[in-house]
Amino acid sequence: MIRFDQVSKSYGRNRQVIDDLTLAIAEGEICMLVGPSGCGKTTSMKMINRLVEPDSGTVLVDGRPVNSVDPIKLRLNIGYVIQEIGLFPHMSVADNIATVPVELGWPKPRVRARVDDLLALVDLEPGLYRTKRPRELSGGQRQRVGIARALAGDPRIMLMDEPFGALDPLTRAKMQDEFLAIQEKIRKTIVFVTHDTDEALKMGDHIAVMRAGRLLQYGTPTEILRHPADTFVADLIGSRKGLKLLRLLDCGSLMRQGAAAADLPVLPARATAEQALSEMLRCGCRSVAVADASGVTLGRLDLDDLIDRVARDD
Amino acid sequence: MDFISFLVAYWPTLIQLTAEHLGIIVVAMALSLALGLVVGIAISFSPRAAAIVLGINGLLMTFPSLALFSLLVPVLGIGSAPAIAGLVVYTQLPLVRNVYTGLTGIDPALIEAAEGMGLTPLKILWKIKLPLAWPAILTGIRTATVMGIGIGAIAAYVGAGGLGVLIFQGISRNNDAMVIVGAILISAISILTDRLLARIGDRDRS
Ligand SMILES: Nc1ncnc2c1ncn2[C@@H]1O[C@H](COP(=O)(O)OP(=O)(O)OP(=O)(O)O)[C@@H](O)[C@H]1O
Ligand SMILES: [Mg+2]
Repeated sequence: MIRFDQVSKSYGRNRQVIDDLTLAIAEGEICMLVGPSGCGKTTSMKMINRLVEPDSGTVLVDGRPVNSVDPIKLRLNIGYVIQEIGLFPHMSVADNIATVPVELGWPKPRVRARVDDLLALVDLEPGLYRTKRPRELSGGQRQRVGIARALAGDPRIMLMDEPFGALDPLTRAKMQDEFLAIQEKIRKTIVFVTHDTDEALKMGDHIAVMRAGRLLQYGTPTEILRHPADTFVADLIGSRKGLKLLRLLDCGSLMRQGAAAADLPVLPARATAEQALSEMLRCGCRSVAVADASGVTLGRLDLDDLIDRVARDD
Repeated sequence: MDFISFLVAYWPTLIQLTAEHLGIIVVAMALSLALGLVVGIAISFSPRAAAIVLGINGLLMTFPSLALFSLLVPVLGIGSAPAIAGLVVYTQLPLVRNVYTGLTGIDPALIEAAEGMGLTPLKILWKIKLPLAWPAILTGIRTATVMGIGIGAIAAYVGAGGLGVLIFQGISRNNDAMVIVGAILISAISILTDRLLARIGDRDRS
């Protein structure tokens, strides 16, 4: 879907910013770009929508080199969210969201319907928020509008540069959860820049770890936690790797199918192993029951299984 | 001749001169605004061009207006043409400078967002930059217009008419009432115009 093929970029003579980057991002996935400040995350991302042109190498979208596509056309079909959000202060929320659909020449009723659908999708009551100005919104609400605006033209690709960077930890966690829920529905190909490793582990289907313009490791969150490519990646992930793994596994995939004792605490299948362990610690039991959304028991998760599965390499 | 009898005797002339004065100002400001917008937009894309253009504009403003108007007469003849040309020159600086600062003072994140979403440079100018620069541009229009109304008095010197006629004739005939009435009318028009434009700015902001 998106491919970087031996891409390099320098600013000035000896300021190599991207160094031979090769990377393939699969359709419908969230790819997180992580790494320290100045390592080239934003620069890499901007090469996808041609805000930055590489010196050598090729960036391809759907197998086509982006430099063979008109940049305006390319950008209208790629959603773009930046940390500063950049909502236009002189326009209403609706007009902000409508920017790309209007450029794409959609008829007015379709634009209006799209704006309302998107406001609902990002959990803002259309009737209440359509006519508001950006300055009347909280930080979290602004970021929701920013995401709605980026989704408006129904692009297949979204580029998100530290979209939650300016939010307080609570709002941030909430936005992450909501965004993952939205992604379940919309299945976009998403390139997501962050310098928060926990955010990368939580949100990413794959994570690209970068340092000084080079790609150090590309893998799933579990792969990166279990087999950091070098000490730099290991340090970046930080300590308590076992506990972090717990957050990546869900009860549904760890449980044994079958019946469970009636007195066990019940957790939904999509609860994390961390929540299961926490529940065991709280009630002093060595098992929890796992149930589906309607409360029907699916199986049981035992502490021993949990430890085995988290520690096991697969 | 005292004040009141002057007003009674001359009121049709006063109205005619006021109309002339306003006419020259409106034409000059329209031309100046058009030119100022074009120049201000053009230099907003190049800091180096901006430094040069704003520097030249600043220099022109220090040139004595009476001298400039006189120098324009051999080129443009007697009448409203040299007056309008002179006014355009003098009102350029506040206009160009405000258009320029308005356009370049916009949060770069907004421009980046617009660019990244696929707006063309022209669309960004029209839909984002100009609306956001409008308060600054309006301030420029206000300063320039008030300046122009005052300098417009000198237009009488090059035969363009206007309220300056009262001042020049008043001086040569030693008629103080005439000078004072001319000056007061020019001040009044300046103040009214200033208030009116400030009103427009306030209305736009809310
Ligand atoms: N237009 C530019 N001109 C010169 N140098 C640039 C330019 N853009 C980026 N750089 C440099 O390239 C390097 C990478 O920048 P980039 O913005 O991609 O980093 P980043 O990984 O996104 O960092 P951060 O986490 O701080 O946003 C930095 O050293 C930066 O100073
Ligand atoms: Mg960055």
